[in-house]
Amino acid sequence: MTAGVALVLVSHSADVAAGTAEIAGQMAPDVLLLPAGGIPEGIGTSVDRVMAAVEEGLQTCPGGVVVMTDLGSAVLTTDLVLEMVDDAERVKVPRAPFVEGAVAAAVAAQQGGDLAAVEAAALEAGVSFAPEGAAAPEASDEVDAAGQDGQVTALVTLRNPLGLHARTAAQVARAVADAGVPVRIEGVDGASVLALMALGTTGGQEITVSATGPDAQSAVDTVVALVEGGFGEV
Amino acid sequence: MALDVAWAQTWVRRTAEVIAENRDELIELDRQIGDGDHGENMKRGFTAVVAKLDGLEAPPEQVGDVLKLVATTLMSTVGGAAGPLYGTAYLRAAKVAGLAELDGPAVVAVLEAALEGIVARGKATTGEKTMVDAWTPAVNAAQEASGNGSSPAAVLDVAAAAAEAGATATIPMLATKGRASYLGERSIGHQDPGATSTALILRAAADTAAA
Ligand SMILES: [Mg+2]
Repeated sequence: MTAGVALVLVSHSADVAAGTAEIAGQMAPDVLLLPAGGIPEGIGTSVDRVMAAVEEGLQTCPGGVVVMTDLGSAVLTTDLVLEMVDDAERVKVPRAPFVEGAVAAAVAAQQGGDLAAVEAAALEAGVSFAPEGAAAPEASDEVDAAGQDGQVTALVTLRNPLGLHARTAAQVARAVADAGVPVRIEGVDGASVLALMALGTTGGQEITVSATGPDAQSAVDTVVALVEGGFGEV
Repeated sequence: MALDVAWAQTWVRRTAEVIAENRDELIELDRQIGDGDHGENMKRGFTAVVAKLDGLEAPPEQVGDVLKLVATTLMSTVGGAAGPLYGTAYLRAAKVAGLAELDGPAVVAVLEAALEGIVARGKATTGEKTMVDAWTPAVNAAQEASGNGSSPAAVLDVAAAAAEAGATATIPMLATKGRASYLGERSIGHQDPGATSTALILRAAADTAAA
């Protein structure tokens, strides 16, 4: 029997993709695990291999496909493939550590999780992987300096009971990315789902939202409006 | 020469030559701030493009047909980030080049579309030490030259010169995108390989147009 959601593993190395499928397969024997690593000449990512794996996953698994990626060009290659497949809305590409994310996603799929649950499992694996209270890898102090020219800061209270968990953090991160302005939330990168989840916020907590430069105000306003709206969970 | 389908093929073949000639330099640049594969990846990609051109049964009718062939071939053969980035650039360029011959404004449209494709795919902006730092000044220079009524070949010439200057200008930049970003401050002082290959591609366009 094949579980409802398939996993595609896109690594620069065919060995890493195959080995990760092997590890995840131990815990998820009924999940379709499709390694798509390397290029015929060695290290790299292949549009053809990723395309073939995604299409096989979509054809075999009604629940859809979660794609795990390792480094930058794996993400670019996957983005390109998703522009070319017919059914891209049934494909999710969580940004999470490759091996941990793959194992967590495979277990969620084995347990019958739907596409959103499998995606969330991969994202949560990234959080447990990070040291406690860790900020985003790209977090830096430069934007935190108070009194910087054109800095906009707002305080807003989380209204939904669970705060910034996988789904709500993803909504905020997407809004920040769309705004095109770096926004910091409690000092971490507001565009990073993992960083937002790692904050461990809960309902009723007050969080600071800040941005600098042109369009800072509208970016901060967008995040504040999302939080005040309760993410549809209130 | 007129920027027609014959020129487009000559440009692509010349690009393959200069990429092969500069393979080692691109590898060395990428080795300093990345994984060292850019020269080999680009050479493999353009070698495959030339093989596809050689194997065509009927000659392409429009400039865009040639660009589309380059796009799809690079996407499936390059293997590094340059594959999706240049692949998208040539694909977007092909969409605005459904013409038998490019005039000055059409050259500008092709360059603009290529830059838009790269930005859409790579989410990079200027100053991040990427190929965007070569493409952006090239587009700006081409727009200005075309606005002044320059010939298509002259438009390509100023675009190539601006891309070359843009590639050199990446040397003092701090990389914040791509593999080089892992190096942080150590990325400063090295020229970006993607900006360098962009300058080679546009110089090949200008040289073949001027011939
Ligand atoms: Mg490289």
